[in-house]
Amino acid sequence: MKIHEYQAKALLAEHGVPVPRSEPVFSVAEAKGAAKRLGGRVVVKAQIHAGGRGKGGGVRLADDALTAAATADQILGMTLVTPQTGPNGRVVSRLLIEEGLDIASELYLGLLIDRANQRPVLMASAAGGMDIEQVAAETPDQIHRISIAPGLGLAPFQARQLAAAVGLRGKPAALAAALMLRVWQAFVARDASLVEINPLVVTADEEVLALDAKVTLDDNALFRHPDLRDLRDLNEEDALEIEASKHSLSYIRLDGSIGCMVNGAGLAMATMDIIKLSGGEPANFLDVGGGANAEQIRNAFRILLSDDKVRVVLINIFGGILRCDVLAEGVITAVTDLGVEVPVVIRMEGTNVEEGKRMLRESRLNFTTADSMGEGAQHAVRLSGEEAGR
Amino acid sequence: MAVLLTRDTRLLVQGITGREGSFHARQAAEYGTQVVAGVTPGRGGGAQNGVPIFDTVAEAVRETGANASVVFVPPPVAADAVMEAADAEVALIVCITEGIPTLDMIRALEFLRSRQSRLIGPNCPGLISAGQGKAGIIPGHICLEGRVGVVSKSGTLTYEAIYQLTQLGLGQTTCIGIGGDPLIGTSFIDALELFEADDETEAVVLIGEIGGHAEEDAAAYIKEQIQKPVVGFIAGQSAPPGRRMGHAGAIISGGQGTADSKMVALSAAGVEVVQSPAEIGEAVAKRLSA
Repeated sequence: MKIHEYQAKALLAEHGVPVPRSEPVFSVAEAKGAAKRLGGRVVVKAQIHAGGRGKGGGVRLADDALTAAATADQILGMTLVTPQTGPNGRVVSRLLIEEGLDIASELYLGLLIDRANQRPVLMASAAGGMDIEQVAAETPDQIHRISIAPGLGLAPFQARQLAAAVGLRGKPAALAAALMLRVWQAFVARDASLVEINPLVVTADEEVLALDAKVTLDDNALFRHPDLRDLRDLNEEDALEIEASKHSLSYIRLDGSIGCMVNGAGLAMATMDIIKLSGGEPANFLDVGGGANAEQIRNAFRILLSDDKVRVVLINIFGGILRCDVLAEGVITAVTDLGVEVPVVIRMEGTNVEEGKRMLRESRLNFTTADSMGEGAQHAVRLSGEEAGR
Repeated sequence: MAVLLTRDTRLLVQGITGREGSFHARQAAEYGTQVVAGVTPGRGGGAQNGVPIFDTVAEAVRETGANASVVFVPPPVAADAVMEAADAEVALIVCITEGIPTLDMIRALEFLRSRQSRLIGPNCPGLISAGQGKAGIIPGHICLEGRVGVVSKSGTLTYEAIYQLTQLGLGQTTCIGIGGDPLIGTSFIDALELFEADDETEAVVLIGEIGGHAEEDAAAYIKEQIQKPVVGFIAGQSAPPGRRMGHAGAIISGGQGTADSKMVALSAAGVEVVQSPAEIGEAVAKRLSA
């Protein structure tokens, strides 16, 4: 689960990580009040779940409270497009008003799970403020890593070594090492899957603070942290995807016209691939789960058909032990009850597959059955083209 | 010989009294697997469908000689169940459970480093040795005793590949679903090594997906170590970047983990990479008749 910068900073601050003074605000009036309280020069920062906000004009300096209010007025409600939002951008509805700091240097600090090594890894670089993936690609020797043994955790000496490796000396080195240990504590205590501080700054008076913060929480561990569930911002998510998740459906909206309903994530991706290979465009990724019962099929249809780009639905269910006659009955009921008008192509495997196909044929509804996923994709592409041409 | 699991395997089921555990224990037994024990803490002394239930894995192993375990326990306690099985020196541990907290899994994998057990999964369909036995949820009736080893990150897409091999009469030796999580016990490379050493396996099907670089690592290994023909398919060729496609590990981020990169690496290693998931079986048939 992604959370906003201001939430990430609050969470890290609870574990003793130094952050600048700041206040989250939702209106121009609140922005003005916050800027007044902070005093002097402030930074107005758009709060969206995507990086690169500065490049899109979502992070701006304001010299006083009046300017801060005017800047907030410009940013609130704007659609911010950054390299990470995609072309449609995100509407800004929250801001963080933060004290301006006198910055001496910027560093990068990241804590994440190393898939290959199967351990957490703490990464730091003197090339702060930049896109770390670009640094990793172009100058990999500028990134220093410490693999953390679970059980032992991050040792203080490791943190000191990492601080030295990125060129810190004296007081800032000691403060940075202390900050790293607190980031590690927060990571473990809150079941984070990513903490990224970019930049980590050293100020002119040698303080070390997290100027920006990105924290991703482990969805699988949220049951241990009921308080963290409240940090979810539904405005950052697609309404249909939220609706799908309520029904344990994994749905991702895409741009094509062929709605897909598949059991299993790998098969769902493969179905999208074969649609594309057959000359069509998938409208979505949708995994109904391994079982694919009647209720799930009905929910899946409701969500697929809320997307008005969908001109045909391709159902690809490899049931294994699932009974195809039961599946067919579920599909027929859903299509009848919901008044589905677009053509539906069904490819299914499992027990009683012939009986299932017979039921679909005899239902007099707009079904096309297919014996393989290749054939199903071809039917779907053909039907989507016909519909589009009308 | 199949790999990892044969008709001699003595399987125990952790979480045998749960809905999934009891159902799949029965399915495994019907397929011919020797299901010798079940473990559910607090239910020891009972039995389910004639299978004795124990409170601990250690006890089950001592009493029944179980040497493989399939784990169906809920996510909050699944990593603990895996460690319990490893501590009891169960040689093969297959964890089906989806949604285990990442830090739990990190600790379990660390625990496994100093032990002899092999873990398959988590969040996987398990494995099946055609005509011999199974540990997990892969349906037995789509399999056929035969010549091809299958290793895959996927569940139902694996069934698709298995089914194609069965329809073409090629059949399978062992099919291993390694899971699509970022942290898993058995890699493509581990499975490839086993298949290369297995006399009955004549070819291997490798099904990968976007995210991570396990497929690229497998490609490098195949180039150096694998003589047998390998057919590959990568799911997610049409997936948009930055979106998690169902599986926790299936995400293209920062230009890394694309299907294209994996397909290029595998092709360069001599793997027959098919673009369409419908062509997996035929590609194997072609390589085996060549």
